[in-house]
Amino acid sequence: MRGLTARYGPVVAVRDVSLRVGEGEIVALLGANGAGKTTTLMSIVGLHRARTGTIALDGEEIGGLPPERVVRRGVGLAPEGRRIFARLTVAENLRLGAAAAGRSRAEDARRERLLELFPALRERLRLPAASLSGGEQQQLAIARALMPGPRLLLLDEPTLGLAPKLVRLVFDLVVRLRDEEGVTILLVEQNVHQALRVSDRAYLMRVGGIEAEGTPDELRRDRRVQAAYLGVPE
Amino acid sequence: MTLHEFVQQCINGLSLGSTYALLSLGLAMLFSIMGLINFAHGELLTIGGYVMWTMLHHDVSWILVVPATLLATTLAAVAMERIAFRPLRGASIETLLVTSFALAFFIQTVLQIGVSAEPEPIAHTGWSDRGYSVGPYTVGLIQIITTAVTFAVLVALVVFLRRTLLGVSIRAAAEDFAVVRLMGISAGRVVVAAFALSGLLAGIAALLLFASAGSVSPTSGTAPVVAAFIAVVIGGLGNLTGAVVGGYVLGFADQILAAVHSGTILQFHDAVVLAILIGLLLLRPQGLVGRRQELA
Repeated sequence: MRGLTARYGPVVAVRDVSLRVGEGEIVALLGANGAGKTTTLMSIVGLHRARTGTIALDGEEIGGLPPERVVRRGVGLAPEGRRIFARLTVAENLRLGAAAAGRSRAEDARRERLLELFPALRERLRLPAASLSGGEQQQLAIARALMPGPRLLLLDEPTLGLAPKLVRLVFDLVVRLRDEEGVTILLVEQNVHQALRVSDRAYLMRVGGIEAEGTPDELRRDRRVQAAYLGVPE
Repeated sequence: MTLHEFVQQCINGLSLGSTYALLSLGLAMLFSIMGLINFAHGELLTIGGYVMWTMLHHDVSWILVVPATLLATTLAAVAMERIAFRPLRGASIETLLVTSFALAFFIQTVLQIGVSAEPEPIAHTGWSDRGYSVGPYTVGLIQIITTAVTFAVLVALVVFLRRTLLGVSIRAAAEDFAVVRLMGISAGRVVVAAFALSGLLAGIAALLLFASAGSVSPTSGTAPVVAAFIAVVIGGLGNLTGAVVGGYVLGFADQILAAVHSGTILQFHDAVVLAILIGLLLLRPQGLVGRRQELA
């Protein structure tokens, strides 16, 4: 992604941001509230339309495509706030998730594999998604995004509002998805410590721009990151 | 009112409520997924009536009138979406509402100029006037057909909304349309499907209504769609179960009160019905079936 600028009316939320996610990588996108992280993800999937710059997937331009076509090209998003369909059952949520793959016989096998990764969902397939706990809802949001077998998974604040034990579970899951499923992941997080623990590279966003980038070790040593997020005085 | 009269009015209310339910379902579905209050929904009913009039006038068999009417109202609904509402995708509720009014008046005017402002007679068929006596009660054949067809349609609709991917998508779109698109499902397909479905339901209502109404005029659709809209609000705006419940509640209330009212109060019948409904909404502003809007 190169030179992304995104606006809300006259307000520029993201200015000239470039970032790259290599195949099989976990890349973290860090930053405080309002830094432009969610807008960046929404621009990638085509839900935020007021933007300029290029967004390419495997060298093919996907910027400007409507969300349904971006998703069919192999990009999955587990959005901020989970946004599961609360009145639909867990099974119906997963069924809709699979729609991007078209009619495929692989759907059942895929669902079976995801239910192994998220065993909590299996017992609740016939229940309305609203009845799930916060952690289970997050698992459902991730599983739903994974149903069509995306090459790139975008996770927007997957641990927001979860108990510490569940936060750990979600991060471990992110690593398993890369290692066992070969999914490339762009992870938006406010939990800097945990995100740096699991990621291969990371970007730090601040007021709409990229302020720092590098490996987790480089970022941990970066004074700006330390000052802002790791509790080390400048 | 004797028990006998009460039961008789309930029988009448069941078939009137069925017609309202078919119309209010179409209204509720469009509102739930795109925030559209479609006042031109009544014109789908009118268009169905004119198709029936044209064909029956030329002695076309009912076997052809039924599919032709359903096809006409379904296509008319899809055309409404394509021509009037698609360019306004994402517009405010008010813009959509005003557009639907404009569309309703446009269709009424075209019919007034193109056909006539006067009602056109739709010949009663032998069967639509037939009635049966069950003990002390009289049940019209058209009432039986109306109720039975509506129940069958409701069952079919539930199966469609639960079993098919398109049906599940429509339910999901009522919750969060943007995320439905994130599932790789085309926004256009969901909206067109919902319009087609609302047109089909209006076509069924037109067949049941005009088979016994006797005539069709350019404004035939107005009163039923206002009633259906009230039914939607009673049930809980945008809630499909609520739309059906609201339709039947309104149907029963209308018939039972009509039997109670006599003499001078009869001319205030509509006012009494509406006053009761306003009272109902004061007690349950979210509608009978609607949930209270959760905060945040």
